[in-house]
Amino acid sequence: MKLKKILALGLAAAMTASLAACGGASSGGNTGSGASAGGDVIKIGVFEPTTGENGGGGFQEVLGIRYANETHKTVKIGDKEYTIELVEVDNKSDKTEAVNAANKLMGEKVSVVIGSYGSGVSIAAGQIFADAKVPAIGCSCTNPQVTQGNEYYFRTCFLDPFQGTVMANYAMQNGYKSAAILTQLGDDYSSGLGSYFKTAFTELGGTVVDEEQFQTNQTDFKAVLTNIKAANPDVIFAPSSITTAPLIIKQARELGITSLIAAGDTWENSTIIENAGSDAEGVVLSTFFDEAEPANAEAESFIKGFKDYLKANDQSDIIPAVSALGYDAYLAAYNAIEKAQSTDGEAIKEALKTVSFDGVTGAVSFNEEGDANKDMAFIKTIQDGAFKFLTTTTING
Amino acid sequence: MSLTTFLQQCLTGISLGGAYALIAIGYTMVYGILRLINFAHGDIFMMAGYFMIFAMASFPWFIALPIVLIVTTVLGVSIERVAYKPLRSAPRMSVMISAIGVSYLLQNLATYLFTALPMGYPEIPVLKKVYQLGGLSASFVTFLTPVLTIILVYLLMTLIQHTKMGMAMRAVSKDYETASLMGIDINRTISITFAIGSILAAVGSILYFTDRMTVFPFSGSLPGMKCFVAAVFGGIGSIPGAVVGGFLIGIGETALVAAGQSTFSDAFTFVILIVILLVRPTGIFGEKTTNKV
Amino acid sequence: MGPNRMINKEKRRNCICTLILIAAVLGICGFLEANKYSYSYAISIIERSMVYAVVAVSMNLVNGFTGLFSLGQAGFMALGAYVTAIFTIPVGQRPSVYYISGINPAIANVQLPIIVALILGGLVAAGVAALIGFPVLRLKSDYLAIATLGFAEIIRACIAAPQFDTITNGSYGLKSIPGFTNIFQPLALSVVCIGLMILLINSSYGRMFKAVREDEIAAEAMGINLFKTKELSFVISSFFAGISGGMLAMFMRSIDSKTFQVALTYDILLIVVIGGIGSVTGSVIGAFIVTAGRELLRFFDEPLMIGGVQVPLFRPGFRMVIFSILLMVVVLFYRKGLMGTNEFSWNGIFDFFKHPFKKKSKKMEGKA
Repeated sequence: MKLKKILALGLAAAMTASLAACGGASSGGNTGSGASAGGDVIKIGVFEPTTGENGGGGFQEVLGIRYANETHKTVKIGDKEYTIELVEVDNKSDKTEAVNAANKLMGEKVSVVIGSYGSGVSIAAGQIFADAKVPAIGCSCTNPQVTQGNEYYFRTCFLDPFQGTVMANYAMQNGYKSAAILTQLGDDYSSGLGSYFKTAFTELGGTVVDEEQFQTNQTDFKAVLTNIKAANPDVIFAPSSITTAPLIIKQARELGITSLIAAGDTWENSTIIENAGSDAEGVVLSTFFDEAEPANAEAESFIKGFKDYLKANDQSDIIPAVSALGYDAYLAAYNAIEKAQSTDGEAIKEALKTVSFDGVTGAVSFNEEGDANKDMAFIKTIQDGAFKFLTTTTING
Repeated sequence: MSLTTFLQQCLTGISLGGAYALIAIGYTMVYGILRLINFAHGDIFMMAGYFMIFAMASFPWFIALPIVLIVTTVLGVSIERVAYKPLRSAPRMSVMISAIGVSYLLQNLATYLFTALPMGYPEIPVLKKVYQLGGLSASFVTFLTPVLTIILVYLLMTLIQHTKMGMAMRAVSKDYETASLMGIDINRTISITFAIGSILAAVGSILYFTDRMTVFPFSGSLPGMKCFVAAVFGGIGSIPGAVVGGFLIGIGETALVAAGQSTFSDAFTFVILIVILLVRPTGIFGEKTTNKV
Repeated sequence: MGPNRMINKEKRRNCICTLILIAAVLGICGFLEANKYSYSYAISIIERSMVYAVVAVSMNLVNGFTGLFSLGQAGFMALGAYVTAIFTIPVGQRPSVYYISGINPAIANVQLPIIVALILGGLVAAGVAALIGFPVLRLKSDYLAIATLGFAEIIRACIAAPQFDTITNGSYGLKSIPGFTNIFQPLALSVVCIGLMILLINSSYGRMFKAVREDEIAAEAMGINLFKTKELSFVISSFFAGISGGMLAMFMRSIDSKTFQVALTYDILLIVVIGGIGSVTGSVIGAFIVTAGRELLRFFDEPLMIGGVQVPLFRPGFRMVIFSILLMVVVLFYRKGLMGTNEFSWNGIFDFFKHPFKKKSKKMEGKA
C-alpha cells in the first residue's frame, strides 16, 4: 500500500512535470524568438532521424548540416548580425514520432526546417510545416509526394522517378536487357523506386523477368533470390534500406547469382561494404555527389574542410552524399534568409522560390514544385572495398 | 520451374526449417513446464547473434563457440530468474506481459548498445565453404543445419526419456505440487529447461546467422513469432512436434515464395496458426502426453 | 443525521471538484487553442494522448474487464485508420495520393463527413472482429494472445499488399488526410468514446464481463453465455479501437502499414499495465503519462555534459531502454499499476492527501 502510494505520487508528479515541461519548452521557444527580434538569433530546425531504421543515414545528414552551421555561422539581416542556431529533433524514422517532433520544432519557433532522411517522415511532417507557414528543405527525401501539393516543402536532391530512369538508362546502355526487381513491402521508397525503374526500363525496351517483395525485418532472402536466379536476369534492381542491402548482396552471391546488382541512393553507405565484404564488389548505385569530381569551387572547399570535420567526429573520411545534401540544404536556407532579409517563414519561402547558388552537389535552384532543378546523377560502383565513380548520367526533362 | 530451382528451393526450405525447429524447441519446452509463451525467446536468439560477433572479434571460432553458448545460457536463465520467477503465483496475464516486457527491453537494449544498423556476422570458414552441385549452390551450413537439428533433437529426447533430470522435467510439466512433494527442486528444473532452450537457441542462431550473415536488433522478432507458430503447430509441449512444425513452416514458407506469392509469406504462417487451432487445437502431436516436457 | 450530512457534504464537495476539473480542462484546452502556434508541441502531445487513451480503454475492456488476453489492437486500429483515411481524403487530392497505381473507381468519388467515416471505420473493425471472434475466442488465454497478434499481422500484410494498391495504396501509404481542426475535436471524441465504454462497463453487460473474468465456470452456471459475452466485449473493444485508429490517422495525417506494427500494440499494453489492468481512469492517466513521458525523456537521447565531462550513457536509444526498464519494474513490483482495479474518485484523492503515508507513520510508531 505504502509503495503504491509513493509510486502513484511519483507518477503523478512525473506527469505534471512532463506536461509543465512541454509547456515550458514551448514557452522557452517563445522567449527565444523574442530575443531574436531583439537582434541576435535565428533558429533553423533540423528534422532528422538519429535512431530507428534510418538512424545511420540521418546522422550523416546531421553532420553535414552541423558542418555547414560551423562555416556559415551568422547571417546579416538589415544591419543586424544574426547568429544561426540549430534546433535538432530526432524523428526516430517513425511517422507518429515525426508528428510530435515536427510540432516540437514549430513550438521552438524555427524560421526554416531542414530534413529529413527518408520520405515517409517528411510527408508526415509536411502538413504541419505548411500549417505553421514554415518552409522546409528536404535533403535526401526522394519521393515525389514530399513536395507535391505542398508549397512550403523544397528539396535539394533529385526525385525517385528521375533516379529510376537513370538506373534503367544505365542498365540498357551497358547491355543489361532483362531485370528482376526486388522491393520491400510497405516501404514507399523501395516500392516507388522499383516501380519507376520498371516503367522506365520497359519503355527503353528491356524486359522485367521477375518481381519479388520481401517483408520489413525479413532476414532470409534465399527463397526470393532462388526465384530470381531461375528467371536469370542480367540485372537485379533492389532499392532498399541499408539494413537489408548486405543481406541481399551476400545471399545472392552465395546462391551463385552472378547478375549485376543495382540500387538507389540509400546504398551509398560504408556499412554495406563493411558487412557484405568482397561480395559487394561490382554493385552499382546512383547517388547525388562524388568527392572525386567536385562540381565547383564550393565543392572543393567543402570536401577539404568536411573531411577534417569527419575525422574530428570519429567518422570514416569518406564523404557520404547525404552529408553533402545536408550541407546544400543549409546553404539554401542561408541564402534564402539573406535574400528575404527576414526571419519570417513566409518571406523565406518566397525567397526560396527564386534562390540560386552553387552548392556542393552542383548548382541549386528550385522549380515551381519546390524540387531542385537537377538533371544529373552520379553512378558509382563498389570496387576494392570502396565506392568508385563510374559515370554521370543526364536526362532531359 | 526447372528441377535445379526446385531442388534449390527444397534445400532452402529444409535448412530454414532446421533453424526454426531448434528455436521452436525452446518455446515448446518452456511452455510445457511453465505454461508461458516466452516472447523473449526470439530476442535471446538475436542476442546470441551479437554475442557471436563480439566473441569472434577476439577469439578463434572454436573458442568463441562455447563462449557464446555459455553466455546465451546465462542470459536465458537469468531472464527466467528475474522476470518470470517472481511471478510464479501471479495470474497468467502478468507473466505474459512480463515476457513481452523482456522482449521489448532486449530489443531496445540491442538498439542502444549496437545501434540499429546491421552488423556483419563473422564467418566460420568451415561452415561457409560454398559447394556447387550442378546448378545448385549452397554453403556447408545449409546442409549441416537439418542434420545437426536431428542429432540435437535425438540427444535431447534421450536426455528427457532416460535421465533423472529428464524425468524431473516431465514430472514438473505434469504437476508442480506433486513434483515438489516427490522431492524435485522445481526452480532448478525450470532453470535447466531455460538453459537447454537457450543453448538450442544459440546453436540455431549460429546456424541461422552464418547462413544469413547480418544481425540487427529486430532480427529475432519475426523468426521468433514463426517458431512459436511452429511449436503450436506441432502440438505445444511436444519436442518432435516442434521439430516437425519447424520444418513444415520453413518449407511451407519457402514453397509459397517459390510459387511467386512472396507478399503473403508472413500472413501464411499466421493463417496456418489459426487453422491448426481451429481444426486441432492440441497440434499434430499434442496428444502424446508422454513426450511432454 | 450526522453521517448523512457528512455524505451530502462530501457529495457537494465532489460535485464542485468535478466542475472545477471540467472547467480547468476546458480552460487549458481553450488557452492552448488560442495560442496554437506557441504551444503546438504540447497540443500534439495532448492530442496523441487522447487518441491513445481511447484505444487503451478499449484494450482494457477486453483484457482487464473480460479477462481475455488480446493483442490485436494494432490491426483493428489499422482498419479504422484506413477506412477513415480512404473516405475523408478530399476527392480533388486523391489522384496525387494514389500516384502510382490509381484509385479504385468504386471509392474514387466517395467522400464522407469525418464523424461518419470514423464510425464506419469503427464498424469495419467491429465487423472483422466479429468474424475472427468466432474461431479465436474459443481459444485459451495464451493461444488467444498469439492468434490475435497473428491476425493483426495478417491485416497489416493485406494492407501493404500490392494486390490492394488501388484501395489502400499499398506500400505508399495515404496522405492528405484532414487533421483535427482544433483541440476540442479529439477531446470531444475521446470523452464520448470513453464515456460510452464506462456506461457499458457499469451496465449489466459490464457485470457479465467481470463475471466471466473472475470465473468462467461460475459465470456459466449463473446462466451467462460465455461465448456471446466474450464476443460482445471483443467486438465493442474493436469498434473503439477502430475509432481511435481513425483518430490516429487524423492526428498523423499520413499513414502507412508500418505505423501499425506489433510495437503499437505493445505501446498500448504498456499504457494499460502502467495505468492498472481493470481501471478505466488508470488507462486514461497512463496514456498521458506514457505519451508525455516519452517526450520528456528525450533528453536521455542527447549527449549530456556535466562540468565539461560527457556523461557516458546518454546517447540515442537510451530513452527506450529506460522506458522498457520502467515497464519491467511496474510489471514485477507494482503489478497492479497506478490505479489497480480502482477508479478515480474524489474521495480517494482527498483520503490520499489527508493521510498520504498513513501506513508508513504507523510502522514508524510501532518501531519506536
